[in-house]
Amino acid sequence: MKVRIKFRKYGILRFIGHLDVMRYFQKAMRRACIPIAFTGGYSPHMIMSFAQPLGIGLTSDGEYMDIELTESIPSDRAVEALNAVMTEGMEVVSFRQISDDKKSSGMTIVAAADYLVTVRGTDTVAAFWREKLEDFLAQPSVLVMKKTKRSEKEMDIRPLIYQAAVTENGLFLKLAAGSADNLKPDLVMDAFYDWAGMSREPLHFHRLELFARTEDGFITLEDAGHAIR
Amino acid sequence: MRKLALDDEILLKIEKPARYIGGEVNSVMKDRDEIDIRFAMCFPDVYEIGMSHLGIQILYDMFNRMEGVWCERVYSPWTDLDAVMREEHIPLFALESQDPIKDFDFLGVTIQYEMCYTNILQVLDLSGIPLLSSERGEDCPIVIGGGPCAYNPEPLADFFDLFYIGEGETVYRELLDVYRRNRREGGTRRDFLVRAARIEGIYVPSLYSATYKEDGTIASFEPTEPGVPAVVRKQVVMDMSKTTYPERPIVPFIKVTQDRVVLEIQRGCIRGCRFCQAGMLYRPTRERDVETLKEYARLMLENTGHEEISLSSLSSSDYSQLEELVNFLIDECSAKGINISLPSLRIDAFSLDVMSKVQDVKKSSLTFAPEAGSQRMRDVINKGLTEEDILTGAGQAFEGGWNKVKLYFMLGLPTEEKEDMEAIAVLADKVARRYYEIPKDRRNGKCQITASSSFFIPKPFTPFQWARMYSNEEYIARAAIVKHAFQDQLNRKSLKYNWHDAEVTVLEGVLARGDRRVGHAILEAYRSGCIYDAWSENFDYEKWLEAFEKTGVDIAFYNERERGADEIFPWDFIDIGVTKQFLRREWERAMKGEVTPNCRQQCSGCGVAKWKGGVCIEGKN
Repeated sequence: MKVRIKFRKYGILRFIGHLDVMRYFQKAMRRACIPIAFTGGYSPHMIMSFAQPLGIGLTSDGEYMDIELTESIPSDRAVEALNAVMTEGMEVVSFRQISDDKKSSGMTIVAAADYLVTVRGTDTVAAFWREKLEDFLAQPSVLVMKKTKRSEKEMDIRPLIYQAAVTENGLFLKLAAGSADNLKPDLVMDAFYDWAGMSREPLHFHRLELFARTEDGFITLEDAGHAIR
Repeated sequence: MRKLALDDEILLKIEKPARYIGGEVNSVMKDRDEIDIRFAMCFPDVYEIGMSHLGIQILYDMFNRMEGVWCERVYSPWTDLDAVMREEHIPLFALESQDPIKDFDFLGVTIQYEMCYTNILQVLDLSGIPLLSSERGEDCPIVIGGGPCAYNPEPLADFFDLFYIGEGETVYRELLDVYRRNRREGGTRRDFLVRAARIEGIYVPSLYSATYKEDGTIASFEPTEPGVPAVVRKQVVMDMSKTTYPERPIVPFIKVTQDRVVLEIQRGCIRGCRFCQAGMLYRPTRERDVETLKEYARLMLENTGHEEISLSSLSSSDYSQLEELVNFLIDECSAKGINISLPSLRIDAFSLDVMSKVQDVKKSSLTFAPEAGSQRMRDVINKGLTEEDILTGAGQAFEGGWNKVKLYFMLGLPTEEKEDMEAIAVLADKVARRYYEIPKDRRNGKCQITASSSFFIPKPFTPFQWARMYSNEEYIARAAIVKHAFQDQLNRKSLKYNWHDAEVTVLEGVLARGDRRVGHAILEAYRSGCIYDAWSENFDYEKWLEAFEKTGVDIAFYNERERGADEIFPWDFIDIGVTKQFLRREWERAMKGEVTPNCRQQCSGCGVAKWKGGVCIEGKN
């Protein structure tokens, strides 16, 4: 059976990269005795896939991985067992069964991500964000140079900014995410600072949630699963 | 939440910030208010290397089991962070508390190889601790050295307050008790050092002085203070089943060199290879009880979640319960997808059978360490491995599907002649020939025989401690002879030959058998910018040569003369149990090409039998 795990990554673990998070969870699965399934072959490995890698320096309340189990285990017990072996900086939020259908798991379903941006070390926003965000968003297009491994090309990121608002806790962004169109919040802020003619200060990016697209709009990846009793 | 010593700006611009944040699974946090001794344990190399060292995990666990003691870790900052810390005057800190090392009671440094000596100075320097012991004030931690290189501590004598000679599980408790008593009684740093010097196994270099003869050799080496012993005795654990073992080793966030559970099955080696320092230092061979090991293996796998377990010892095949242990591990691990790695196994029917169960034959390579090409040379070094052993083992392996073999050799061994060097290529070719004896339809393409040679470096407390070394040019010439011999072989297309850097060899030789005067060159090299000498991309031979020149340390004096039978060595004041007479006897037998039986075949009277333990009493009680 397939299971989706939601977890938080915070504190000092913001300095641990994506590949190391995978290694961390492989070891954590063993420590917590989760009945996870392995691939076959001479060097079997755990069946585990992560949605949307998080860069070094970012924290998150909405990280996801899908795993496969060899036997069922109640959600509350699994969450408890995993949290008993976590270090500070990592917390399992939920453990839910998802459909066995290939199309419903993994990276491919991710369509959007929510972020909260603050000035690093302050938990607040810069003054001009509040004043200028609306004008920035009112532009018909926001052209940026996007670097790929091979070349640099100009692209319009405005359609990929689904939502943006200054809130009490910081600048909220809902951005396109996933394998088709992916927009990093860093790129948005670069464009915003450039447009405003301000020089970029150190920012902190916090991911709030990941979404899949359904006929009715976005749903969180967590809501695509249900608790195991 | 823990506050980090480095801010985000720095952590996000350096390589692998996880090296510096601590907080790993099973790392130990304690309440500062309940602690009266803070101990910083240092491995003076980068995090990934230091975290792979079993000794530190053992001591970390041992100290943290003690009430009132908090042991934390510190490693060498990589060169990127090193530059930032110097520029921004950030003091070096311990990983757990992120507190400055300068505030600790002790800084313990494990000294595993000579090429880390400048990194020790880096750690002291970044911590804000004066490099010279003589310049340290009452506010500085006591700087302790231990590990294999502490058996010739003299090149480092000026930088350490004391050395711990022997296995760490033995007298640390006593040392800490003396420290507490001294503090309670208002004693000074020097009072503590004088008291510590009376503990067996503790060497306080500042309480000894050396005089030299006109020819540069040592005339005398004596304590300068009454009550300080003239001989420092190695401390050794005699009952391996009663020592502590880390049941909850730390699990790093990033991939380290040894990313697995390590099970130390025994200490010491029965073999008596004459070049091998570990084989002499850790006598007598002491096995751990197999039932205890099974329990440790289970606990450590459970507590770490590692996907691999490795056995650790100098020669695993000599562990008497190996078969039982390995079968247990295979049963325990295979269902859980845990790999078993078995280093230092002699290649024979049993080990091939085991290896075919635990690894992919097609991908893995077999390793032999003949150490020398000719049988005569192998007799000189007392490596009890014959050509027949190698060819039989390789043959069995080839029949079993392997087609990659690695062979390890040393060049520059005592009495080595051109024929011995060429014999390396001949032996490699014979292994390849053995492979092509298998009918074409039953073998797996071409074979790949990789021979590597390092240059022999005589180490203290070995039968070869009297031996001479050679110049950089001579080493390169010898490697060229071997290289040419490889080109003459029938199967040269299946053979590959690599050799180790000669410049590092020369330096390591001076540091290994140096005396106190060599310390000046180390300090000078560090001041001229040498660190991470063990990393070829950082090693700067020219700077070292300049440092030797400037401080008047003559490389040839340390490396290029055979030492006299009566010469006093800088390390002679240390008693490792094995006597100098035995080592000399072994040197003389080596010169005659006579082999000495291993400890299980026959006792050769090395001296450690007086401790009445381990292999010395096997079958006798």
